[in-house]
Amino acid sequence: MHKYIGLALIFPLVGFIINGLFGWRIKKEKVIGWFGSLTVGASFIVSFLIYLELVRLPFYERKFIVEYFSWIKTGGLDISFSYLVDPLSILMAMVVTGVGFLIHIYSIGYMHGDRGFARFFAYLNLFIFMMLTLVLADNYLLMFLGWEGVGLCSYLLIGFWYDKPFEKMTTSDAGRKAFIVNRIGDFGFLIGLFLMYKYFGSLNFNTVFSIANKLQVGDSTVFWITLLLFVGATGKSAQIPLYVWLPDAMAGPTPVSALIHAATMVTAGVYMIARSSVLYALAPTTMEIVAIIGALTAVYAASMGLVQNGIKKVLAYSTISQLGYMFLAMGVGAFSAGIFHLTTHAFFKALLFLGAGAVMHALDNEEDIQKMGGLKAHLPITYKTFFIASLAIAGIPPLSGFFSKDEILWGAYSQGSFWLWLLGAIGAFMTAFYMFRLVALVFETPPRYGAKHPHEAPKVMTLPLIVLGFFSVTAGFIGIPESFGLKNLFHHWLEPAFEDANAKLILESTHSTSTEFMLMFISVLISVGGILLARYLYLKRMNIVAKLTQTFSGVYKLVYNKYYVDEIYDTIVVKPIKWGSEKLLWRFFDVKVIDGIVNGSARVTSIVSSVVRFVQNGIVQFYAVVFLIGILIILWIIF
Amino acid sequence: MNFYNDLLGISPVLIVSLAGLIVVILEALFKKGETISYFLSIISLILAGLFAIYTYSMYSTAFNGMVAVGGYASFFNFIFCVGALLTILLSKDYLAKRNINYGEFYILVLFATAGMMFLASGVDLIITFLGIELMSISLYVLAAFARTDPKSNEAGLKYLLLGAFATGFLLFGIAFIYGSTTTTNLKVISANFQNYQNDFLFWLGVGLLLVGFSFKVAAVPFHMWAPDVYEGAPTPASGFMSAVSKSAAFGAFVLVFIFGFNGTNEQVRYAIAIISVLSMALGNIIALSQTNIKRMLAYSSIAHAGYILIGLASANELGKQGVLYYSLAYILMQVGAFGVVSIVEREENKALNINDYAGLGHRKPLIGVLMSIFMFSLTGFPPFAGFVGKYYLFASAVQAKMTWLAVAGVLATLVSVYYYLNVVINMYLKEQPAEVLNNPEQEKISISSAFAVLISAIGIFIIGILPTLVTRYFEKLF
Repeated sequence: MHKYIGLALIFPLVGFIINGLFGWRIKKEKVIGWFGSLTVGASFIVSFLIYLELVRLPFYERKFIVEYFSWIKTGGLDISFSYLVDPLSILMAMVVTGVGFLIHIYSIGYMHGDRGFARFFAYLNLFIFMMLTLVLADNYLLMFLGWEGVGLCSYLLIGFWYDKPFEKMTTSDAGRKAFIVNRIGDFGFLIGLFLMYKYFGSLNFNTVFSIANKLQVGDSTVFWITLLLFVGATGKSAQIPLYVWLPDAMAGPTPVSALIHAATMVTAGVYMIARSSVLYALAPTTMEIVAIIGALTAVYAASMGLVQNGIKKVLAYSTISQLGYMFLAMGVGAFSAGIFHLTTHAFFKALLFLGAGAVMHALDNEEDIQKMGGLKAHLPITYKTFFIASLAIAGIPPLSGFFSKDEILWGAYSQGSFWLWLLGAIGAFMTAFYMFRLVALVFETPPRYGAKHPHEAPKVMTLPLIVLGFFSVTAGFIGIPESFGLKNLFHHWLEPAFEDANAKLILESTHSTSTEFMLMFISVLISVGGILLARYLYLKRMNIVAKLTQTFSGVYKLVYNKYYVDEIYDTIVVKPIKWGSEKLLWRFFDVKVIDGIVNGSARVTSIVSSVVRFVQNGIVQFYAVVFLIGILIILWIIF
Repeated sequence: MNFYNDLLGISPVLIVSLAGLIVVILEALFKKGETISYFLSIISLILAGLFAIYTYSMYSTAFNGMVAVGGYASFFNFIFCVGALLTILLSKDYLAKRNINYGEFYILVLFATAGMMFLASGVDLIITFLGIELMSISLYVLAAFARTDPKSNEAGLKYLLLGAFATGFLLFGIAFIYGSTTTTNLKVISANFQNYQNDFLFWLGVGLLLVGFSFKVAAVPFHMWAPDVYEGAPTPASGFMSAVSKSAAFGAFVLVFIFGFNGTNEQVRYAIAIISVLSMALGNIIALSQTNIKRMLAYSSIAHAGYILIGLASANELGKQGVLYYSLAYILMQVGAFGVVSIVEREENKALNINDYAGLGHRKPLIGVLMSIFMFSLTGFPPFAGFVGKYYLFASAVQAKMTWLAVAGVLATLVSVYYYLNVVINMYLKEQPAEVLNNPEQEKISISSAFAVLISAIGIFIIGILPTLVTRYFEKLF
């Protein structure tokens, strides 16, 4: 079965081509929507069948490389379109196609009546294809192809409603921002790849990892390679300092936010590190940097989530923060815990976004939570599933988020340090607080939406909510910590992928079950505390909230304006470059010539006269002067 | 090698030159000569391309070691035929629209192509010079072809003045090299290369040749003519000049510097690297602030010269292959991009502003998609040919222990994203202007133009996914 992994990629590609080329001819939305969704569904079935095949195989034989054709072949570089089927990649493929399938179905309802209906589904299908290329690639260059491809789809979909204004800019500005910030990350990624090619002589996972396996921990080149790859990850996965694009990416339609900017694409950086775990294990310094950036992002983004008023904005900051947890896990060497959180997060965060979409759908695309409230009665299914997802992300046992987040926190404590754990715990408190602030303001407080008549979304939208709700509750059980005396199935499944890396890491063997239980207890307390505080403040004592924002208005303003980071970037990076291009270089080197000859007689009568004019004008002479200076410089360099 | 074999070896050049001469005569004999010229040029270019393929396996030199045939020469002859063919397909309607549809246009394209073929296969510096002059003189006239348009005249004249200036340096360089080595044959120079290591005259000659070639590829600081010329020339001719003639100059550049001068020495390669970085930086940064799309593409072509120069600076196997691959990729994407511009350009110098592309993707879906492909490929976005080519070039710098050059290259591409993307944003994410919405019939696309840009886009895609289709011909070049 694994030989047919190509099918999983081809189905969405076919969907993209058909919907992209002929979608505008097919007038029926249902045909387009279901066709697009079913291609992804088919792709999920292929992945699932391959998963069943892998399960039946002995532990160490669960790895195949399926080669299709050669891509770049020259000198020492031989790169093919070939795919790696192993526990990690197939898990990712199932998450991408599974959650993707549900979101496709949801979009049939959500995008109903949109003039770009076919275009939307074509882009979504292309995204799935690119994302699968990313996670199934067996070499870094093919991975990079997917990496760039998902970025392109993301940009196209953020700017999807190009005629819609978005905050102070337009959606196309938001799309452009996403694309350019990502390119900055990709710059690091590409340089990392060149360095890797130079050092290992290959970009194939197998070759690179087997050479790396023989290296000493602390190798300085590997340090630079891993650090540069991580720069790429901070772009794609929205970590400090390149996180700024993700909140603006919410300008896109809500299913896009759910699929691309929450469940799948933004986790690509985490996947990349997990895939390169052997390299990272060789570079403890990079690991430390990853852990610190992750922990800081987790808290920093959560703090901005506390005060935002856009329903999607809160969720966006929450996503950045949760991604921070995943990086924290990667940084302390808890690779499998990070991937576990990636999986559970895909379920509950997709659910939260789709829920937010249902709310906006009911209120004519209102995003401001100050103009919501009281939707509990009108949107019962959305309310219930949203509530469940909020419990899950807050980390209330036995929902999925509890197990995955707790494993990360335990990893941060036992393999990192107390301080990392503390940052994680503070972030967890904030998470619980902002989620239930959202639940209270959207669903439970008295209505503030004026004369609108909210109604529950159609079945095609609520059904995906229910399915995702089911997984948000249950997905955690596949990774119950071993301290409970059960086998951790998730760990066991991913063990072959991280074995080599774990052997390199000197993990402290002081696994104290009592400490683990105590920390678990504390983190549950923290979450419950956050939830109760939010409910108390927003349901009973709104006046305290108002008073607090007034007393600390300076801090409030700072956080509400996202610490003014956008403005800072604009001043120190964007403006100088623009100024340099327009004023400095352009003025000097682009002396655009002389519309003078056009004026006057309007016709150049003879070549001779224009020669004279040119010479008189002196511009050609100026060109020749630059030419001569160039010659002198070259001769000076040569001799 | 006997005489007939020699003739067969240079058959692509012969065919193109002969066709040029025949067209000149037909032009004089018939009144409606331009249609005949058009078809004859197409046929001769296809024929020449086929002969280039046919002679590929000859791997030799002809006429007493003056001209390379087969292998390397065949590859370049072939891609020039492709570039010239695309240009001619794009020109007819454009010229008709601007009322300058004269048969001379095709003659000039043919002669320029013949010059390029000599240029990229000259194993003797005399042939190189012959080729460069034949090509340049044809291009001067092409640039000024729209003779009632002052901008076009200005372009031609400027190109001529500065071109003559550069030619002087090129000739001086050849003379110095002859003075030092007593030969102009690259094979002989290559064989005795170690004798010239400390010869001042020789390296002075190399430096001046470097200047001459840098002028032809429009690299900084010898680029000043390029934006004015590309902006003023008829649009398909701009594409031809900025892509095909540049590739020809690079073909000779590689032949002279890597094969003739054995990759030269540390300092010269360093000088090339500096020129490359300057071109990438300046070209991309100035392109940021351009509002005229032809001018933007002109500055971006300066940047692309910078990318290709990386391959010459590294002067290794990968670099050489990178230059060859990128030449083809660049012809396809640049001619394609200028092709779209010429299609969109409705009347004289109208619709050349990037804002005029607003909503084009919705108005003309096919043209929008194709232009996006050209833009993304020029950016170096996978899986298009531009990405693979850049990858080769940057990797060659890493291999040659010039990682800083690769870093500069990647940084430069990063800057270029902004302005290429701007075109795509305008096409898809901006509302179309009202006056365009009101009279939609103005932009009728002719089949031949559409065919040419479609072929370019498909080519970019195919050689991007399957670069081995092209690169396998690089394994044996001589």
